[in-house]
Amino acid sequence: MQKPPPDASLKILVIDEDPVRLAILEAGLREAGFANVVHISNMTGLLDQVYRIDPDVILIDLENPSRDVLEQMFQVSRIVRRPIAMFVDQSDRGTIEAAVDAGVSAYIVDGLKKERVKNILDLCISRFNAFTRLQDELDRTKSALEERKVIDRAKGILMQAKGLPEEAAYALLRKTAMNEKRKIADVAQSVITASELFK
Amino acid sequence: MSSGVKLKIGFIPLADAAALIVAVDKGFTASEGLDVELIREVSWSNIRDKLNVGVFDAAHLIAPVAIASTLGLGHVRVPIVAPFGLGVNGNAITVSPSLNAALMEMADGDILDPMVSARALKGVVERRKARGADQLTFGMTFPFSTHNYHLRYWMAAGGVDPDEDVSLVVLPPPYMVDSLANGHVDGFCVGAPWNSVAVDLGIGVILHFVCDILQRATEKLLGVRARWAEENSDVLMRLVRAHRKAADFIEDVSNHEEVAALLTAPNRIDVASILAVPNRLDVAAEVISRTLSGRLKVSADGTVRSSDRYLMVGRKGAARPDPVQMAWLYAQMVRWGQAPLSAEHLARAKSVVRADIYDASLEGEAIDMRGEPQDHIGAFAGPAFDANDIAGYLSSLSIKRTM
Repeated sequence: MQKPPPDASLKILVIDEDPVRLAILEAGLREAGFANVVHISNMTGLLDQVYRIDPDVILIDLENPSRDVLEQMFQVSRIVRRPIAMFVDQSDRGTIEAAVDAGVSAYIVDGLKKERVKNILDLCISRFNAFTRLQDELDRTKSALEERKVIDRAKGILMQAKGLPEEAAYALLRKTAMNEKRKIADVAQSVITASELFK
Repeated sequence: MSSGVKLKIGFIPLADAAALIVAVDKGFTASEGLDVELIREVSWSNIRDKLNVGVFDAAHLIAPVAIASTLGLGHVRVPIVAPFGLGVNGNAITVSPSLNAALMEMADGDILDPMVSARALKGVVERRKARGADQLTFGMTFPFSTHNYHLRYWMAAGGVDPDEDVSLVVLPPPYMVDSLANGHVDGFCVGAPWNSVAVDLGIGVILHFVCDILQRATEKLLGVRARWAEENSDVLMRLVRAHRKAADFIEDVSNHEEVAALLTAPNRIDVASILAVPNRLDVAAEVISRTLSGRLKVSADGTVRSSDRYLMVGRKGAARPDPVQMAWLYAQMVRWGQAPLSAEHLARAKSVVRADIYDASLEGEAIDMRGEPQDHIGAFAGPAFDANDIAGYLSSLSIKRTM
């Protein structure tokens, strides 16, 4: 049996309103041996929730406006365990830059050795980047699908209007696109628009 | 695309981002040879971090954030330089209709007098305490924010201890309105247009313009990293000139309609898309126009209050950054236990603003400061401010948390 890493006891809180990214992050942390991972996805009464959970490390996506709410934790003197933002240390500039670039921010409880936290943050950075790539891919697939639909409709219009077989209709779209240095989908869109006008 | 020096500037969708938006959208930056991309941000933490690590070249900064970053309070120390003021004043304190009614009932004079309202607040706080009711909760935008200090200054003058007697919580501006509506807060201090949005939704009453509490309070700065300023002094001067032109354009009443339209365009301050619950309200350019004219509807019954000091973008020397204002903000940090008092800290806080760069960029600009407060602040209560004797200033204030 694999020996659990010494950090398994760390309580890691992930604050994220995106359920997919949250799942990817939580799974990543668990796979890496961090057993104690909790999350918040509802921002109502955020500070009270955080205090109740009392985490050692907090991870939050940069696009969450509630980051400013977390900043208040440094102010409250009656809280014994004071979290601090990312690394209050210029030597970690590279990590901070990578984190900002990936879109994740971290808060750690004061006194926690930063080496213990660095691998958590590194893992989150790579998961955040992976999530962004996934989303880009999804967006591309979606727009490719949309393009296919537009081209199919334009083909249908040409086939009917000019009595062309399917292959010839497509060849006509492609030739026009090449001549005009445009994308086939753009030409197809023009065909659809024109046919709407002639209706 | 225009050629020129490419710059990225981050901003928060608030009316005092006006000079930034107008400078770009009216082409003032382009005519200075600058190709500026404005990037809307969701939090002051993001603005600070992205400016610090160089994602942004310049940013719309709430003045205390520039000081906190320079002093390394609560975060990495990154010295910031601000050669241009984006706005003086513009905040307001809004309360729920029920707190407003309680204050009116308790008031021993004209509620428009901040001393009367602050004493009334003290009365409401004591009555709640006697009944064992929950503390009142007020929202502000950031620990190091003018809103935090403005609320505290007002309450403390009436004998309310902002740390012991009420609860002050940070809320992102887009969440302010919802939080007031669902009773999570009883009031808040925030910049335009959020006070007006609360009034229009019928869930808030504007109790005070902060300019009735402090006649002159620096609100936002155009900030850059100190090192960047050194390496790009020519670009920085061009930025100052472009924003001065934008400020002049904004202050010309005949342009207000156009400015309001520019400000409410998509990806600028289109409030409906920013609200925590989108599309609840079609915030038209008209709400921004109220801010520009200083004529604000203050309650659902249509009562209007106006001030010629509500938001000053460039007039009355508002664009020329003032070290005394930085000293006042630093004094508030000391007063509320966020920073220790030291001559070195004070000097560094003052050095954030660089009026010398402003002056060098705009040779021979005449500034009309007639009628402005002598101590640069003009607080409604408490001692006159003395930037050279902060210890003395603080010693005459009774409620404080000095370290």
